[in-house]
Amino acid sequence: MKKLSLVAILLLFAVTSYAGGYRVSTQGQRALAMGHSGVAVVNSAELAFFNPAGLVYLENKINISAGMTGVISNVKWQNEMTGGFAETESSLGTPFYLYASYSVSEKLALGLSVYTPYGSSVEWPTDWAGSHLINNIDLQAVYIQPLISYKITDNLSVGGGPIFVTGSVNFNRSINRTLTDEQGNRSNVEVDASGVTNFGWSASAMFSPIDSLRIGVNYRSEIILKAEDGEATFNNVPNSPLAPVSNGRVAFNAELPMPAELTIGASYEFDKWLFAFDYNRTFWGVYESLDIDFAPENIPDSFNPRNYKDSSTYRFGVQYAALDKLDLRLGYYFDESPVQSGYFAPETPRNDSHGFTGGFSYQISSKVAIDASFAYLRFEEVDESYDHYQENGQEVSFGGTYKSNAFLPGLGVTVKL
Amino acid sequence: MALVALGLVACEPEFDNSVEENEGFYTNGEADFSNYVALGNSLTAGFADNALYIQGQENSYPNILAQQFSHVGGGEFTQPLMNDNLGGLLLGGTEIQGTRLILDVGVSGSPSPVNIPGDPTTEITNTLSGPFNNMGVPGAKSFHLVAEGYGNAAGVPLGQANPYFVRFRSSENTTILEDAVAQNPTFFSLWIGNNDVLSYAVSGGTGVNQTGNLDPSTYGSNDITDPNVFAQVFSSQVSALMQSASGGVVLNIPNVTDTAFFNTVPNNALVLDASQAASLTAYFSAVSQVFAGVLMSQGVPQEQAVALASQYAITFNEGPNRFIIDVPVTQTNPLGFRQMTEDELIQLQVDQEALQNGYGSVVITPMVEQVLAILMQGGTPSPEEVNILFSAVSGLDDGDVLDSAEITEIETATTAFNATIENVAQANGLAYVDANALLNQVADGGIVFDGGMVTAEFATGGAFSLDGIHLTPRGYAIVANRIIEAVNSTYNSTVPMVNVGDYNGGPAIGSGAQ
Repeated sequence: MKKLSLVAILLLFAVTSYAGGYRVSTQGQRALAMGHSGVAVVNSAELAFFNPAGLVYLENKINISAGMTGVISNVKWQNEMTGGFAETESSLGTPFYLYASYSVSEKLALGLSVYTPYGSSVEWPTDWAGSHLINNIDLQAVYIQPLISYKITDNLSVGGGPIFVTGSVNFNRSINRTLTDEQGNRSNVEVDASGVTNFGWSASAMFSPIDSLRIGVNYRSEIILKAEDGEATFNNVPNSPLAPVSNGRVAFNAELPMPAELTIGASYEFDKWLFAFDYNRTFWGVYESLDIDFAPENIPDSFNPRNYKDSSTYRFGVQYAALDKLDLRLGYYFDESPVQSGYFAPETPRNDSHGFTGGFSYQISSKVAIDASFAYLRFEEVDESYDHYQENGQEVSFGGTYKSNAFLPGLGVTVKL
Repeated sequence: MALVALGLVACEPEFDNSVEENEGFYTNGEADFSNYVALGNSLTAGFADNALYIQGQENSYPNILAQQFSHVGGGEFTQPLMNDNLGGLLLGGTEIQGTRLILDVGVSGSPSPVNIPGDPTTEITNTLSGPFNNMGVPGAKSFHLVAEGYGNAAGVPLGQANPYFVRFRSSENTTILEDAVAQNPTFFSLWIGNNDVLSYAVSGGTGVNQTGNLDPSTYGSNDITDPNVFAQVFSSQVSALMQSASGGVVLNIPNVTDTAFFNTVPNNALVLDASQAASLTAYFSAVSQVFAGVLMSQGVPQEQAVALASQYAITFNEGPNRFIIDVPVTQTNPLGFRQMTEDELIQLQVDQEALQNGYGSVVITPMVEQVLAILMQGGTPSPEEVNILFSAVSGLDDGDVLDSAEITEIETATTAFNATIENVAQANGLAYVDANALLNQVADGGIVFDGGMVTAEFATGGAFSLDGIHLTPRGYAIVANRIIEAVNSTYNSTVPMVNVGDYNGGPAIGSGAQ
């Protein structure tokens, strides 16, 4: 019976945890199974991401959490005016995390975290109707962060640390809506930059007014990834001075912001139950435009207004200690898209979404537990367009109806020594 | 794990109503689009940039239509694709048609159309196995659709067969119409008759207006077809197609004078500064005076001689002036030249370099200057000198110009053809597209699309390809949309239209360097 209900839960709530823009919320299987809420949950080394201030409350000397999630996302587009339709290749993103904490004393813990909070992988059919906006993109950012967690009083702690980011991006699109080479192949540009690095920080606090109630706050700073001397390759451009560019490689500079995120939340323990709520505010307003500055002066730079707005996510999770060795989790979140109407670009075709999550942890031994989660992200069908593509000095709209979803099965391990 | 993967694949997002599955978006109405066959000439074949090539064929209006018809039950649409993207034809290994045009920036730095480098690889005797839905044959006139042997390779060198039809005819003696009807089309398009006036126009009116001659087998290639011949073959073609078709669409003939071919070189492109204008005026004044003298020496009364000679005292002004053209020598125009009138047209391929050197006005050589000097001093030129003076006039050849009489002939024939097309459309309940009005709109103002305006401007306007007559993919997309509009309103269907901005309106560019 128990087994059956578990399966039922997984089937019913096997649902996703993405977030708006190119934020991918998969920073811990235990939290993810609870709607990716965890800023006020003291449970495992996942605190290294959700709230480093809480690390000092972990009971064991050494805590390790690691995991990986397969992000399988699908997007479909259609335009009923023209009868055009397309769908993305079902891509598999693999965000991962590795957290470790070491309790130095009762008041002090140190930690290290490696995680991938931002990323995107979208692959439309080459030369599809929106190829002048994007053919495909693969964006990754790895955050590496040493941490300190300090207990000020028995019910108040603070934490944080500097962040080192290394990122990469690969992006391809057609040069415009119609240009081809002499053989009819669409002219395109591929933009590639890797090993782009920068620094940031995060800081957090945790407070327990009463034993069963915790309140947490975590802030992660904005980090702008500046690609300098990236490589842009123009392909299939006709051999003519009348063409806007020539075939070949040029250097480019571009910036992509990893926006700041503020999380406030609470958790409440009652008997075998744990309830958690997180509120995220992601400061997407920083992402005004994706501008690509090609080094040669004769190549027109590419300006792509994004005009994102700050957005909120509301996360709810519940955990039930079903057996001594088995914890079951469920969650839900509502994720507000940072994309404003008229700026719906098919490179991050995300509108508001509902995330349904579930999962469990099973204690294999006294020291090792397996954490599994599954998330399903449901996006409402949306009629949207990107209205700011420039052609001959005038704005040309590309739009239609989009429908997407994503599945995020994840597996992790928690070790307590 | 496999099970998980299977489950995930099954969980693709689904639209409430899918365009792909046509869940309630589009209907075929009373038409059956399952087997669409297109008949016509180069415009139907997807000819562009003075050649047929794969990319052009992919953007032919029938192919665009077929893609849209696929939403309402349209089946596979096949085209006799060329062998390459160069264009051009081989007959027995010998090149009989050149490659397509590209806009090249040569050493001069100014863009001009040249043939794309490369050797054609489409051998017309390699007959493709059909049938093909796109039966458009470049160069075909109305009566060629029912001409037996039009696809016989042996007739090509004799001008009795068409190399493009040779490529995909079912047998040597078949006709285009026979091969079309044999496919039992459920829906057809027919756009024919353009060449029945166009080849005359492009030749500068050097052909014959065959109005009154009911035997097309006696026509030359640059002649205007008799309107009754057109009416007879056109209505018989529609009748033959209607044997199996649920419906169809016909398009009428645009005015050839709306094409970029006749509107790129203005008839007043003789741009002069003040001194050039003065010297040309002086030259023609001298011609007029001398010619009056010649006439009088032949016994013509002075008043009459001056009146007749006065037509040659053409005056020129600083700025643009109309060119001089050659005309047949007549009693009223004994010297056989005159200045062009406002509505007369010069064709695109006129020799621009020659125009720079006096073609279209006067070629003033030192010898001419000597004669003028004699006249200035009040002297009397010898007969040889008079001859030198008169022969300095270098009027545009008949083949480079459409004069007002030729334009009238073309307009009369076009009007007659179009009356037939509209009547046959009505009589058979067919969808009818006024391509004449459409091209007129392009030439006179333009057509708005989401990325700007499509005009008839050569190379940059977006409608005409580099030959100035055939359309760009964008031009063909506009035609396709008009057809869809007409089909939808005639057959109560809801075929979706294409986005014109997705089709290339830019000139084909490239390098002419080998």
